[in-house]
Amino acid sequence: MSVVDQGLANAGTGKGKPNRLTRNLMSKIAALPMIMTAMVVFVGCTIWTIVYSFTSSRLLPKENFVGLDQYERLWGSSRWLISIQNLVWYGVCSLILTLVIGFTLAALLDRKIRFENAFRSIFLFPFALSFIVTGLVWQWILNPDYGVQGVVRGWGWESFSFDPLYNPDIVIFGILIAGIWQGSGLIMCIMLAGLRGIDEDIWKAARVDGIGTVKTYLVIIIPMMRPVFITSLVLIAAGIIKLYDLVVAQTSGGPGLASQVPAMYVYDYMFKAQNLGQGFAASTMMLLSVVIILIPYIYLQIRGNKNG
Amino acid sequence: MKLTTKLLAATAIVSASAASAVELEVTHWWTSGGEAAAVTKFAEAWNATGNTWLDGAIAGSGGTARPIIISRILGGDPMAATQLNHGRQSEELIEAGLMLDLTDVAEAGGWKDIVNPPALLDACTLDGKIYCVPVNIHSAQWLWLSHAAYEKAGVAVPSDWNEFVASAPDLEAAGVLPLAMGQQGWQQNLAFGAITIAVAGLDAWRDVTVNKNADTARGPEYTAVFEAVAAARELARGSNVQDWNQATGMVINGQAGAQLMGDWAQGEFSVAQQVEGTDYSCLPGLGLNAILDTGGDAFYFPVNDDPEITAAQKELAALLISPEVQVSFNLAKGSLPVRGDIDMAAANGCMQKGLGILADGGVLPSGDMSLSADTQTQIEDLMVEFWAGDMAAADAQAAYADIIGNAD
Repeated sequence: MSVVDQGLANAGTGKGKPNRLTRNLMSKIAALPMIMTAMVVFVGCTIWTIVYSFTSSRLLPKENFVGLDQYERLWGSSRWLISIQNLVWYGVCSLILTLVIGFTLAALLDRKIRFENAFRSIFLFPFALSFIVTGLVWQWILNPDYGVQGVVRGWGWESFSFDPLYNPDIVIFGILIAGIWQGSGLIMCIMLAGLRGIDEDIWKAARVDGIGTVKTYLVIIIPMMRPVFITSLVLIAAGIIKLYDLVVAQTSGGPGLASQVPAMYVYDYMFKAQNLGQGFAASTMMLLSVVIILIPYIYLQIRGNKNG
Repeated sequence: MKLTTKLLAATAIVSASAASAVELEVTHWWTSGGEAAAVTKFAEAWNATGNTWLDGAIAGSGGTARPIIISRILGGDPMAATQLNHGRQSEELIEAGLMLDLTDVAEAGGWKDIVNPPALLDACTLDGKIYCVPVNIHSAQWLWLSHAAYEKAGVAVPSDWNEFVASAPDLEAAGVLPLAMGQQGWQQNLAFGAITIAVAGLDAWRDVTVNKNADTARGPEYTAVFEAVAAARELARGSNVQDWNQATGMVINGQAGAQLMGDWAQGEFSVAQQVEGTDYSCLPGLGLNAILDTGGDAFYFPVNDDPEITAAQKELAALLISPEVQVSFNLAKGSLPVRGDIDMAAANGCMQKGLGILADGGVLPSGDMSLSADTQTQIEDLMVEFWAGDMAAADAQAAYADIIGNAD
């Protein structure tokens, strides 16, 4: 409060430093449409959704508030619980594997190999495909009759069985394979950029001290790449929360409810079941999980800035 | 130069016809062979009046199409006419004033006297005004049996559900899948509904579906239902097809013994040139209870600002229910007509059976009319979980009773 008061006081006297509000006035005016869009579309609609998640809205939004009823029903629904469980499995595995694979590939490319550009393009290529295409491709690859299982059986190994998309116990891992195939290329590129940002002298110093290559990566390089890891983490986490199209293309939630994810629940209840309140409650829970991820990120950012 | 002249002439023709005719976009989800043949009858009849039918078929089932249709109407980009299942799906759209009031057309056409059963028109009516035109009656309680499969197994074609269950081991021994089942929630839900009416009987069904009495849903009638569904689940193990017409295809070519599907499966048998009685049989009410529900399709006409389109919408509404169109459409689709006053002599045996039941008054309101989309989705989720996994019948019954207890 005191800062603002001071600023106003300064503006009143017309002396001293220019007012914070009027400084760069033109660029602030230019940014106004964007700020308005962000406020109305992102913040406004988010708040609207949260408010209406406490109502009994059906096809059209209505203001009869029912307290936490929608949330009680949500957490009592076995479909939602299965969705959350799937998301946790997918999330943990995808986070670890994408980071490990992305970093390993980047480190290998960083060893000044030949045809680096070609490899980089090949690894990044899956990212250029939409999730629907990726999902369909992997649906065919994992199809027991035409895909991997069929080919291996064709070679003579008759008892070979690999049909993750048709087995309710492991179907989420069939989706995980496709997700990692698509996502690790981008993480690799970000990691590679981070590795290129490491000063050559550090490598020289490590070599002088006689530290092995792997140990140098683990002990010196990775801690230095913290900002790159944080960026990767946020990108992967966002991809996990919004997981939807990959599942729709690969299994549409089946077999049974075995590969349901929260986003599908939101869509089905908002549009198919014509129950906006329930869909809003589910999407608010999704928002909550994003916030849980974002808060440590913002905290790390702020702390990093202060340190710098 | 010649080409230019031709192009100019073509443009002139196009613009001339555009000026005189009204183009109406009609959305629907009739995309299987028999359904597409049926919707062509509508389009032909409409085009014959000098107007243009702009076909907006949405692939996938109603579950895929309805959200698209509803969001277009809510989003201010309404089509001229759209298929919906009449009942509670469009309740709120009508309340919000988004649907065209067809009462004057209905009065002029005397719909109140011709629509049979009257429940169909009631489902279109809200506060005494009529908002949709029913085009057909669909019932879900049919068992379709493949004669080829039973020949392979060397047993007689069953005449009701119990006989079918008893014949299943013979079918399996002959390498035939007893029950074809598409792995989509609505189909599993439909099978559940059909078995319910056959096994629980009318009173229990009405008490649960219409009165939403959860105690009856926990009672012994429904225990028998869930046990029968659990048995059906085992008979359908290994049926990996998705769409309903793929499952019907398995019955047509003798890979599967039977399918529980609505009367629209009839269209697929017709397209495959199969003859009722020699190639396949149909058992309405699963041969146990000669009762059919009277769900069906109806066309709704979203409100439009253009008076020319509004007039054309009313014209189309009257056309869809006219006798000739009703006959040609329903013969192609295998559904029953909504008017009792037309000659359906050309209908085949299965449709005649349906017409007979209809004439005897063996009708029920459909689930669409009693349960909201929300409740139906919850039941569907339960059925998907139940059919795909190993859920015990008693657990499913308890979960079902909870859903009924909380239904609105």
